[in-house]
Amino acid sequence: MSNKILVALDGSDGSKRALSAAVAHAKLTNSDLVLAYVIDWSPYSFHTPQELEERHKRRESEIQRANDSILTPEKEALKSEGINVETVVHHGKIAQTLLELCDQHGASQIYTGRQGESRVHAMIFGSVSAALVQTSSVPVTVVP
Amino acid sequence: MKRLFYILGVLLGSATTAQAGIDEAINSATAPIATLIGQIVFFKIPVFGAQLPVVVLWLVVGAVFFTIYMGFINLRGFKHAIQLVRGDYADPNSHGEVSHFQALATAVSGTVGIGNIGGVAVAVTVGGPGATFWLILAGFLGMSTKFVECTLGVKYRNEFEDGHVSGGPMYYLRQGFKERGMEGFGKFMGTFYAIGIFIGALGIGNMFQSNQAYVQLNNVSGGALDGLGWLVGLILAGIVFSVIVGGIKSIARVTEKIVPFMAIFYCLFAIIVILMNASTIPTAIGNIFTGAFTGEGVAGGALGAMIIGFQRAVFSNEAGIGSASIAHSAVRTDEPVTEGVVSLLEPFIDTIVICTITALVIGTAQVAAPDFAGDAQGVAMTSAAFEREFSWFPIPLAFAALLFAFSTMISWSYYGLKGWTYLFGEGETGQTIYKVMFCAFVALGCVVQLGPILDISDALVFLICVPNILGLYFLAPIVKREMNSYFDRVASGEIKKFK
Repeated sequence: MSNKILVALDGSDGSKRALSAAVAHAKLTNSDLVLAYVIDWSPYSFHTPQELEERHKRRESEIQRANDSILTPEKEALKSEGINVETVVHHGKIAQTLLELCDQHGASQIYTGRQGESRVHAMIFGSVSAALVQTSSVPVTVVP
Repeated sequence: MKRLFYILGVLLGSATTAQAGIDEAINSATAPIATLIGQIVFFKIPVFGAQLPVVVLWLVVGAVFFTIYMGFINLRGFKHAIQLVRGDYADPNSHGEVSHFQALATAVSGTVGIGNIGGVAVAVTVGGPGATFWLILAGFLGMSTKFVECTLGVKYRNEFEDGHVSGGPMYYLRQGFKERGMEGFGKFMGTFYAIGIFIGALGIGNMFQSNQAYVQLNNVSGGALDGLGWLVGLILAGIVFSVIVGGIKSIARVTEKIVPFMAIFYCLFAIIVILMNASTIPTAIGNIFTGAFTGEGVAGGALGAMIIGFQRAVFSNEAGIGSASIAHSAVRTDEPVTEGVVSLLEPFIDTIVICTITALVIGTAQVAAPDFAGDAQGVAMTSAAFEREFSWFPIPLAFAALLFAFSTMISWSYYGLKGWTYLFGEGETGQTIYKVMFCAFVALGCVVQLGPILDISDALVFLICVPNILGLYFLAPIVKREMNSYFDRVASGEIKKFK
């Protein structure tokens, strides 16, 4: 039975550090990696009719950008290191969606970076990593 | 981009310097046309002493027909509409696509406007409290018309290779009639509709809104903005410009967030005002029912009250005009019926909830103090009813009216654009020309005397319900088939609930 580790990526330096920590862990435990890119999105937000019309196009390009600029290059690099990698791009509320993906892919661990929000920012908008730690049913490693 | 701002500036500058002259020239040139078109579109037949505009009869007969033909979809589909909006049936694989909630919110912000605040006051002034009853009934029937037109809008929309879509009555009229072997007629109807929605977008969807926003601002500022219409117009045009031409999302996003908030804020305070007059509620509601059937003191009696109520409902929720169909067509779904079902909620929110609440605010105030409003009419009358309880209310109310006007302008700019692209193609340059023109009209709306221009656009918007509803009759069997198939599949579990 293979172990899977889900890594939350967003292209930031923090998420790169989380990935390298996860890679080290995967090598030690002979685990597979699931690289997840979640695009912040709420089905209850408001848009102009023009934005609604362009939504499908924009969604496609968002997914493509995530794949092309982040997920595919990382996947290729890791493949050469001999690690099995799956990638997934999903729209949704970040913490909640990561947990759903973790569930779907049967991952037993989550690695994430942190955005280092200021206290005020976190108070108003909430912190993704804090929400993840609070609500996850699997161990979460937050890499500074 | 800079050049566009410059053109806009020059246009406005010339408009304001020659304002008086332009006013007169425009008025005298357009007045006869306006009178003629108005007389045709709003042609009234006298019925037992009341004046019944044929176009209102046309819309109401259509709404009654669709309600019966679709087997009271306005009642049957209501629960399902709420489930769809909640996302119960949203396929997790379509994450990141436009949700039903978003489509509904956008369409509602296009219809909730000054009509909900001022239009109801007009109805009650002219048609007595009984008009409210008929207004609610018309809203209820209008739900079925909306269902039919929004389902068709999605079914017959045009999808382009790059993934963007254009839909609305012009497309279903053209395509639907073609399928029935009436290609030429369908083309004519589609073009006619497109011209109508385009001109209507510049008038009631634009100049009327900016004009009313200016009037409201001027009222609450105690006339401090007298003669400064050009400045207000320029600012409004600039904001609209930055959203629809400049693509500045933040302004649109802020507005779209504030508009629902304002609507809730408005309803909340309205309910508080009604409750503060709690002792008058039974009388006020009693007046609505007795007035509806006796029509005491109303020209034309009960029938007069009925006509006024119906007319105001149509003005407010736009069912039968086909505009919402354009907004709903932008949504990506394999099931056109789902958009139709969701759109049922629009007349419900717009007419049955918001208009009724306004009517009760005015109704209870009338019972408590019959002369509370003095000579005030329209928005000013509603404002006066609120002012009895909260002296500061006219200021947030004016702000709400301004935002409603703004969001209505943004929505209508899109409706007009779709009429324009139907006529002149999807070219970028053409679209930019239209958008700049739209902004210029926003500014002009605050500057020129509206009279005849508005009459023309008003009449044209109602004229387009003629081809629209005619098309709906022809295409109703298709909608019925789709509807039955859809609900059968929901019942059999073939269409799965995901939540």
